[in-house]
Amino acid sequence: MTARVGVVTFPGSLDDGDAARAVRLAGAEPVRLWHADPQLHGVDAVVLPGGFSYGDYLRCGAIARFAAVMETIVDAARAGLPVLGICNGFQILCEAHLLPGALTRNQHLHFRNRDQVLRIESVGTAWTNAFQPGQEVLIPVKNGEGCYVADAATLDQLEAEGRVVARYVGNPNGSQRDIAAITNAAGNVVGIMPHPEHAVEELTGPSLDGLGFFTSALKHLVGTAA
Amino acid sequence: MPRVVVDVMLKPEILDPQGQAVANALPRLGVEDVASVRIGRRIEIDFIGEPDLNQTREIADKLLANPVIEDFTIRLAEDGETVDAQP
Repeated sequence: MTARVGVVTFPGSLDDGDAARAVRLAGAEPVRLWHADPQLHGVDAVVLPGGFSYGDYLRCGAIARFAAVMETIVDAARAGLPVLGICNGFQILCEAHLLPGALTRNQHLHFRNRDQVLRIESVGTAWTNAFQPGQEVLIPVKNGEGCYVADAATLDQLEAEGRVVARYVGNPNGSQRDIAAITNAAGNVVGIMPHPEHAVEELTGPSLDGLGFFTSALKHLVGTAA
Repeated sequence: MPRVVVDVMLKPEILDPQGQAVANALPRLGVEDVASVRIGRRIEIDFIGEPDLNQTREIADKLLANPVIEDFTIRLAEDGETVDAQP
């Protein structure tokens, strides 16, 4: 059975097409989900793609959090549905309180668009089990508000519980403790600022390293179904 | 129109790079005696009937501010406060 992975489109999403393509290249069936439709149409996992949902009005992700589809996703994520938030999707997961902390304007105020080395630190999540601990991957980063912040107690807790999923090797935006990706306590919800969906084909990406995030979810689903 | 004003500011411990950029531009105006600039957001909410401060607090807490990084204050607009005035 082919896994069905939902990709949500909000008004202002940009990378939903690439995310759906990455899902397909990883061997799953992408299912397009619409922000105003609360139904998840039986998908096995969900990707919240990058972009500028609702024009980034108020704060990045602040309005998307109240979209009809998000209410369903929040409940499903709490029940164990694998959810990957990429860039704006990470911002939405923080605004929805599925992940702690917040993403703020890059410390140097510049938009950063470059191929970025990341070190995968937690391979116990639904989205990183295909990697080796400490593995370095090359993934494009493109954000203006990607600076991860949280209070010291939250950061310490994330570190102590092994919930820092990936760190920048060469911090592009001032994120605290070089954090590029984190997970929830259960490991099914992951937020990542760089864009694995842009590193899935030789023609268009700097590497194929991004595929690992999507194949991880498939591996996870096979494991949980067994 | 009964109006409630919500001011949202980054918490003091959160770096405000926009404010820093503005502060760094001030010497070009010849202003040398400013220690720091912090940038926030002012939101004006007009109620149809009586202004509801409790409801405003909920709106501010759930939507207007992100309590992880921001604080907010709410108050009734003063009588005669010229919020709609043109410069």
